[in-house]
Amino acid sequence: MKKLLSLMLAVAMIFALAACGGGGEVVDPTEEAGLIKVGIINNDPNESGYRTANDADMKRVFTEENGYEASFAYSLKNDEQIAAAQKFIQDEVDYLLISAAGTAGWDTVLKDAQDAGIQVILFDRTIDADESLYVASIVSDMAKEGQTAVDWLASQALEAYNVIHIQGVMGSAAQIGRTGALDVMVAENENWNLVTQQTAEWNAETAQQIVQAVIDSGKEFNVVYAENDDMAKGAVAALDAAGITHGVDGDVIIMGFDCNKWALEELLNGNWNYDGQCNPFQADYIDEIIEGLEKGEAPAEKVVIMEEKGFDATTITQADVDQYGI
Amino acid sequence: MKKNSVKSAFLGLFRHQIFIPIAALLILVIFNLVADPSFFKITFGHNNAGDPILSGNLMTIFNNASELAILAIGMTLVTAASGGQDISVGATIAIAGSVILRILCGAQGPRPESMQAPIIVAFLVACVVTMLFGAFNGVLVSYFKIQPMVATLIMFTAGRSIAAWINNNQLPVIKDVSFGYFGNYIPGIPIPTPVFIAILCMIIIALVLKLTNLGLYVQAVGINSHSSRLNGLNPEFIKFITYVIMGLCVAVAGLIKVSRISTINYSVIAKDIEMDAILAVALGGNALGGGKFSMTASILGAYVIQFLTTTLYKFEVPSDALPAYKAIVVIILVVLSAPIVREKLGQLRKKIAPEKATGEA
Repeated sequence: MKKLLSLMLAVAMIFALAACGGGGEVVDPTEEAGLIKVGIINNDPNESGYRTANDADMKRVFTEENGYEASFAYSLKNDEQIAAAQKFIQDEVDYLLISAAGTAGWDTVLKDAQDAGIQVILFDRTIDADESLYVASIVSDMAKEGQTAVDWLASQALEAYNVIHIQGVMGSAAQIGRTGALDVMVAENENWNLVTQQTAEWNAETAQQIVQAVIDSGKEFNVVYAENDDMAKGAVAALDAAGITHGVDGDVIIMGFDCNKWALEELLNGNWNYDGQCNPFQADYIDEIIEGLEKGEAPAEKVVIMEEKGFDATTITQADVDQYGI
Repeated sequence: MKKNSVKSAFLGLFRHQIFIPIAALLILVIFNLVADPSFFKITFGHNNAGDPILSGNLMTIFNNASELAILAIGMTLVTAASGGQDISVGATIAIAGSVILRILCGAQGPRPESMQAPIIVAFLVACVVTMLFGAFNGVLVSYFKIQPMVATLIMFTAGRSIAAWINNNQLPVIKDVSFGYFGNYIPGIPIPTPVFIAILCMIIIALVLKLTNLGLYVQAVGINSHSSRLNGLNPEFIKFITYVIMGLCVAVAGLIKVSRISTINYSVIAKDIEMDAILAVALGGNALGGGKFSMTASILGAYVIQFLTTTLYKFEVPSDALPAYKAIVVIILVVLSAPIVREKLGQLRKKIAPEKATGEA
């Protein structure tokens, strides 16, 4: 039964491909035979709220109603992801969508995909491989996220910036990008100082301890720049316990990243000042690219950088929370 | 005469197991006293809710070491009885936290306006769940004779996924402030609640060890499970029960952890805490191969670890170098606490001490 089904699918796919090659006709997606087969390789959705939202977005778009037959594989390990990619190639998917756990080691499997006529689209994370091996990559520009946040902070026109900088896991793309802009600003300006710069490894409690240590040492500070929402929450817990006011009209500016729904609610309530978005909603971009490819059009740009916002507590609305909260 | 008795008391202490964590603690205290005596300052203030609180590095240490001290209790028993460690405690804390939040959220989705069940109910269910997972580990170790580290590797790998699955991958947030009491402060009481919870756990385990034969049986099984069987004990059951107790400790630690921030992050909650718990046992001078144990020394070890962490934060050790500093200190402490080194040191001390004693006389 399974064999028969796969045979039928294979035949159907040949027809579909033939149709594409022939006149560039659009295959009616409502027809069972016209389903586009995609293999999606992602990181474990439990990894973070970001990943959960990302996975949910993928599942929202790549459905049978939208003309896709999607298979999913999850792993936080590069080798397991590569094995999953090999399996998808054997299954003869039309498109391979990859959010790679690590940047290296993908060349061979991507060549295999190319030989098998499978188009590869990278999302969320880029890899160290020749650009010819994939048709497009849809990524966040973490350095831009950091720059947007630091620009916002600079626009607050404080007399002095004494910043507690709480970093993510050292070496991760998000940490490097979000740290970069702040480091430059501190190096270039006399009135910008880092009170402390420590990694809390995305962990709320560690962030709480770091801020607690600064408070206990009696140092002055007026900004907490946390590289994700969890750590900002931990920092705020330490401030609350010490009786230090924060947020709009408070003594300390609180900045976070990722735009979790609860974090945006903190902004709405004026407890925090800023939250930078890391856009997990790539599925629509990918959908558009695949649609174009099916028509025989190459994507306009190889690297698509997603639009990302920064929210200010004084201007955020409930509609923003509902739309952008993850 | 008096000097001699002091000396022998000191020697006794030196030979005693608890010497290592106390010495480590003393070194840290002296280091901080020399470097910056204000480290020990405790100030009285008010938090943003207007309640009185005590703050300072010492309070931070007592507060944050609580979970580790509670876990050290279970880990000591597991280590002594089965001669191996439970490396799944971090992952099962995630499960305990997830269960608690799931029950408090009820059918209201991940952001309920109010709690849907009393906290005690959620906590008790979490206790049952983690004790079941403890029992699972215990069965694998005691009845299937699987190496403890390998047996608990299963939950170590799967635990965080299970925790996420319990809440359908959502991140629940409890808005009710009373849920935060367990990990923060009860209004009007200036000392953080986890300190009281840890002390309560210590009192309970002290009573259990004093009033029951658990300690004796655990040591007997750990030293030689074959001969303990010949003496009428059931070594499998003793090992099994230590894992169940570990499960109970995990539930308590899980409650504190999720209460601290009123939410959970499955991948980072209590991350690597199993390693710190094992380290606490090692620092306490307990043989990691099982057998005799000292509960007091293990708990003290937990506070030493937190003391070290807070000291490193206080002196703003560069973030990427922090694990390296910790590793160096740990290597020194563990080497010092190794039985062979202690024996050698003891011999050395004996050689020097009598000469000195005669010289003084």
